[in-house]
Amino acid sequence: MKTNDVIFQTVAKVVFFMIIFFAVRIFFAGHYYPGGGFVGGLLTSGAIVLLLLAFDLKTVKKILPVDYKWLISLGLLFATGTAAGSVLFNVPFFTHAYDYFQLPLFGKTSLHTAMLFDLGVYLVVIGVTMTIIQTIGESE
Amino acid sequence: MTVISDVLIVLLLLAGAFFSLVAAFGVIRLPDVYTRNHAASKSATLGVMCIMLGTFVYFLVEHDLFSSRLLLGIAFFFITAPVAGHLISRAAYNSGVKMWDKSVRDDLKNKK
Repeated sequence: MKTNDVIFQTVAKVVFFMIIFFAVRIFFAGHYYPGGGFVGGLLTSGAIVLLLLAFDLKTVKKILPVDYKWLISLGLLFATGTAAGSVLFNVPFFTHAYDYFQLPLFGKTSLHTAMLFDLGVYLVVIGVTMTIIQTIGESE
Repeated sequence: MTVISDVLIVLLLLAGAFFSLVAAFGVIRLPDVYTRNHAASKSATLGVMCIMLGTFVYFLVEHDLFSSRLLLGIAFFFITAPVAGHLISRAAYNSGVKMWDKSVRDDLKNKK
């Protein structure tokens, strides 16, 4: 019987965005609520894995032309850069700083450099998970 | 006002638990994989959605907390659970799982 994935592919297209937005929310809420870079990264890669299940490897590569190994190095660069940046201000390695800012649309927001470190964790988790899954999927 | 919401919460939670129980009984009692899948995917979806709605109303009324994550969970479950049931059923059919002996109709058989 000819396979027909219309239902699965249509639902995957919708659900992908739900998971991605929830991942971003989890990522940004990490400082005050449960969540953070690790869970957000895992959820994001879960959404990409859903696309990989619904479509094939080549299509997903065309939709998201990202080399995930570069994401790992970019994430590590963010993490170590945040840690090393504190040395420039004559404080110990890994000292974080925060302040309150008036952002348009958000109002009073506290911006913390731990967010940059978390962004590094987020990118590394996506990169590692997707590299593992894609290498296993590609081998024949 | 609180009496009405309390009754609503209790009814939603009990209905959700009841539908989940019915789904479990269906999985045990029904004869083949397709009817079991029918019971599990339909009744359990409604049960879980009722429980999540009850939780949402509880937090909204008692703690004054609008939990959008529960609403998202309801929508997510409503979208994904039937598709999961559909995919499991079709995988079972394509790998040649037999239907119940008393089934009378198989429209997919002629489509090969």
